[in-house]
Amino acid sequence: MKKFRYLKNVATLKYDEELCIGCGRCLEVCPHAVFKLLNGRAKIIDFDACMECGACAKNCPVTALAVTAGVGCAAGLLTEWLRERGVKLKQDGC
Amino acid sequence: MPPGLYAIGTPDQNSAVIVTANYKLSFDIVRSSLAGRNLWLLVLETFGINVWCAAGKGSFGTEELVRRVDQAELANLVQHRTLLLPILGAPGVAAHEVSRQTGFRVNYATIRASDLPAYLDNGMQTTEAMRELTFSLRDRAVLIPVELVQALKSILPFLISVFLIGWWTAGLPSGVYGCIALLGAMLAGTAVAPLLLPWLPGPSFTLKGVVTGLLWCGICAITIGLGSSPLAVLGTLLGLTAVSAFFAFNFTGCTPFTSLSGVRKEMQLALPKLVVVGLTAAILWGCALLG
Repeated sequence: MKKFRYLKNVATLKYDEELCIGCGRCLEVCPHAVFKLLNGRAKIIDFDACMECGACAKNCPVTALAVTAGVGCAAGLLTEWLRERGVKLKQDGC
Repeated sequence: MPPGLYAIGTPDQNSAVIVTANYKLSFDIVRSSLAGRNLWLLVLETFGINVWCAAGKGSFGTEELVRRVDQAELANLVQHRTLLLPILGAPGVAAHEVSRQTGFRVNYATIRASDLPAYLDNGMQTTEAMRELTFSLRDRAVLIPVELVQALKSILPFLISVFLIGWWTAGLPSGVYGCIALLGAMLAGTAVAPLLLPWLPGPSFTLKGVVTGLLWCGICAITIGLGSSPLAVLGTLLGLTAVSAFFAFNFTGCTPFTSLSGVRKEMQLALPKLVVVGLTAAILWGCALLG
């Protein structure tokens, strides 16, 4: 995925290194290689590659990771924005 | 196909257990790529949705997995205590919770089902390549038809308006040219921008759509023309570019690398500008037609 980059400094990924037990789950589940294991602890090595899928936080057994998970979909956000303003659209494919 | 436990070949108590969704395409790929081996296949109820989307919505999740493991009495069926899951199912499954509740350890195996044979042959070790998400030209191309149908539906009222206004004010060819110009701009955002994605300037998808939109304006300029007056030409340029940019931005939902926060930020930054540009285009055209 090195060819594809999206906006920088926006991901909601939070990591508390103090809690990490170095199990390596986050490395296993992250599809964008955001983490690396260094000296027995996970390190965020590519923060801006995070797409907020939530897999790391869900699979962290010591809740050292947190992220507001969601889908980066313009149509979904627009539909939500319109719905909040009382406009109902027909459900799309997702 | 109904969820539950399936046998591939003649599995026994030592055979690996592969977990998948009851999405026809995944099931077929898993089954065909593992043909000739002896394995257990545990299919979760995801209501026909693929692993990635089902994991996001939670149907491919801890609860469903634990229920299926219990229901299939997997603990009595196999001697080992390992479940092989697709990596893209991880957003829905808490591996440590599954272990706690069933005694089975979760191994996130590969992203693509087609890599499963290589994974099994590699002593159940995931290589970097098996963990790397790709978004090839082919991956992007297969997404386009569905997007085109959606886009066509949403611009249909505009197409009809452009056709009628063009016809009434300047004759049938103008109506047809207007439709061609608008359809082309839609294609520039819905098809061309996704295909050229890694090579277009970014990271903003709107910017990518502006570039393909301007390219389309260039093509129009040397073929069907952009308008008969300076106001009309400017209106066409702005309008077509905004349409292309909007549809390119819409493609964020199809990619496996745009985050919710990123799309939200781009929406806040770019969408108001697109609306202003679009309205300006309409006003310019109105002036051109009346003046």
